Amino acid sequence: MSQTLTSSSQAVRTPAPARSPADRIAQWIPKLVLSPTLVIVVVFFYGFIFWTGLLSFTNSRMLPSYGLVGWDNYVRLFNNERWLVALGNLGIYAFLFIVICLVLGLLLAILLDQKIRAEGALRTIYLYPMALSFIVTGTVWKWMLNPQVGLEQFVQSLGWESFQFDWLVNPDFSIYTVVIAAVWQSSGFVMALFLAGLRGVDDSIIKAAQIDGASRFTIYTRIIIPSLRPVFFSAFIMLAHIAIKSFDLALALTGGGPGISSDLPAIFMYQLSFTRNQMGIGAASAMIMLLTVIAILVPYLYSELRVKKHD
Amino acid sequence: MYLKKRFMAAAIASALSVSTLSATATAGEVEVLHWWTSGGEAAAVSVLREMVEKEGHTWKDFAVAGGGGENTMTVLRARAVSGNPPSSAQIKGLEIQEWADLGFLANLEEVSKQEGWDDVLPPVVADIMKHYGYYVAVPVNVHRVNWMWVNPAALEKAGASVPTTLDELWETADKLKAAGIIPIAHGGQSWQDATVFESIALSSGGPDFFRKAFVEHDQDTLLSPQMETVFDQFRKAREYLDPGFPGRDWNIATSMVIRGEAGMQFMGDWAKGEFTAAGMEPGTDYLCLPFPGTEDAFAFNIDSLAMFMQRDADNVRAQQTMARLVLSPEFQETFNLNKGSIPVRLDQDMTPFDSCAKASMETFQRTSENGQGLVPSMAHGMSTSSAVQGAIYDVTTTFFNSSMSSQDAVRQLASAIRAAQ
Repeated sequence: MSQTLTSSSQAVRTPAPARSPADRIAQWIPKLVLSPTLVIVVVFFYGFIFWTGLLSFTNSRMLPSYGLVGWDNYVRLFNNERWLVALGNLGIYAFLFIVICLVLGLLLAILLDQKIRAEGALRTIYLYPMALSFIVTGTVWKWMLNPQVGLEQFVQSLGWESFQFDWLVNPDFSIYTVVIAAVWQSSGFVMALFLAGLRGVDDSIIKAAQIDGASRFTIYTRIIIPSLRPVFFSAFIMLAHIAIKSFDLALALTGGGPGISSDLPAIFMYQLSFTRNQMGIGAASAMIMLLTVIAILVPYLYSELRVKKHD
Repeated sequence: MYLKKRFMAAAIASALSVSTLSATATAGEVEVLHWWTSGGEAAAVSVLREMVEKEGHTWKDFAVAGGGGENTMTVLRARAVSGNPPSSAQIKGLEIQEWADLGFLANLEEVSKQEGWDDVLPPVVADIMKHYGYYVAVPVNVHRVNWMWVNPAALEKAGASVPTTLDELWETADKLKAAGIIPIAHGGQSWQDATVFESIALSSGGPDFFRKAFVEHDQDTLLSPQMETVFDQFRKAREYLDPGFPGRDWNIATSMVIRGEAGMQFMGDWAKGEFTAAGMEPGTDYLCLPFPGTEDAFAFNIDSLAMFMQRDADNVRAQQTMARLVLSPEFQETFNLNKGSIPVRLDQDMTPFDSCAKASMETFQRTSENGQGLVPSMAHGMSTSSAVQGAIYDVTTTFFNSSMSSQDAVRQLASAIRAAQ
């Protein structure tokens, strides 16, 4: 990949002496083909980010309006109990979701990589939850975790009368049910990423280590897992942005409740902007979410680009 | 010269008269955005559709399914901003004023004068429909929010009597609990929490307290010991719920009362539709009673159709026709029989309605005449802007689902309301 990049950039840099018209067209075609996409991205992505940023400094209520109020919306936002609860929940949820997904995904991938029978079928089973939308996942888990119709009721009917699992309706634990459902949905996908990474590890290194007398455990902890570093990074980035934009899952599973105990920033943003006529504060919360994403992305991009240069 | 002028004037006059003539002849179109999509409601709306079509206009349905209509409002906003709003939309309470302030709503002065709306509507209702003295919306029905739905068989089994005060309510609840019946059927959604909170506030503090707190947002009232008592009582209600209540829909809670699993539910009169659909008779199979301690109070929730400004003259005419039809006694009767609510017209013939609706109408007329006890519902967007309402929701639902103290709740409520204003 980096090879082709450098060679093509060299090709652009070298001044071409005399060009035929066909060459010129060939040079323009990629730019021409890419330009609509570029316009769409600039207008609908960066344009709307800019607009949201602008709205966050205005007194917009039901519809956008442009009376500037400075940082007022941000001050109100951070004085809002509910926003603080939502941010705290995002911290708990994102941390647990990412860590559990990575650990579980890696574990599943390593187990699947042991040249077992019916690997294809098992892989599909683990990957399948990814094919469901978060709304479906949320609804299914809502029924399963409901103490009166789901798991608790089932185990109790089997005879274990004192069994209790009421996290869904317990304000202190409701956010963890969102973690459970999200992990169920996404860990298979992380497993697939790791599995691809594992298949890419050079067999000869492993063989050399085996000849040197390294145990299986050492081979994994010293050679294979460290070589999966890029996979960790891609998985982390994908999981982090899934976590920050989480909306549908929590809405379907708990509706942000009981009370506001499992509220997330995306739900807060939607409600304030679109149902409570507080578009200014909603826009401010959207900007904070964007900044959170940037805060994660920038160090990652920086480290990746630095590695490239190093090569 | 003079002749020429006269000729011109005559030509213009005749041209004008021709245009008005042709306008009355051609039919306009009304596009109605609403979320009356469930069985009975849909049937009720189709009656209006037939009436509009009988007058020679066409009807375009713009129904968006989905309960509270959050999605609908997003669609409506997009269309209004792009200059293409529907003729009318189901908007209620203070939101009517918010739309009118932005200059989107049509003036219904002409049709309201012709039909004498001021004479048939109670002033409280008319005020909500008016913007600077002119009608911009038409009311469709009146819901009473402070109802209590009781399964008398369940109460009898527990040896409990029907409560008429808050203290009696907790006694009854204790007896039901002792008999193994869920005392209160409730769904833990923020609007349902707010509905119960509102009824308790109305019972414990009375209508004046209610008005000061939730209409005027008087900080002294919000921070008063009385508000603390309201939160204490609200906390007490929490003790009588079953563990599965969070997130439950209101109609599921109603079905618990219908089946006798639960003794009581506190919900507006739209719950009646569920009892009717289950084939139960009011007064014998189930009881509809005012929330304990609120016999003389009426927390109203009025559905209305706001009329959007139209460019096309034919459509304006069709719109006015529809506005007239919505308030006609004929439509009021059919719609409200289906919806479980009561008509807005004070002169409506109540013979076809059941005992619950008659009782509701009696209280409505009484409270609107003496000017006491008729209060706009906070939980249903009649008393405050959606921003303040949302702030109250957040505090009440957090309180209900946590161990927050009543003092903290009072403080948070007051500051949340101030911040949202």
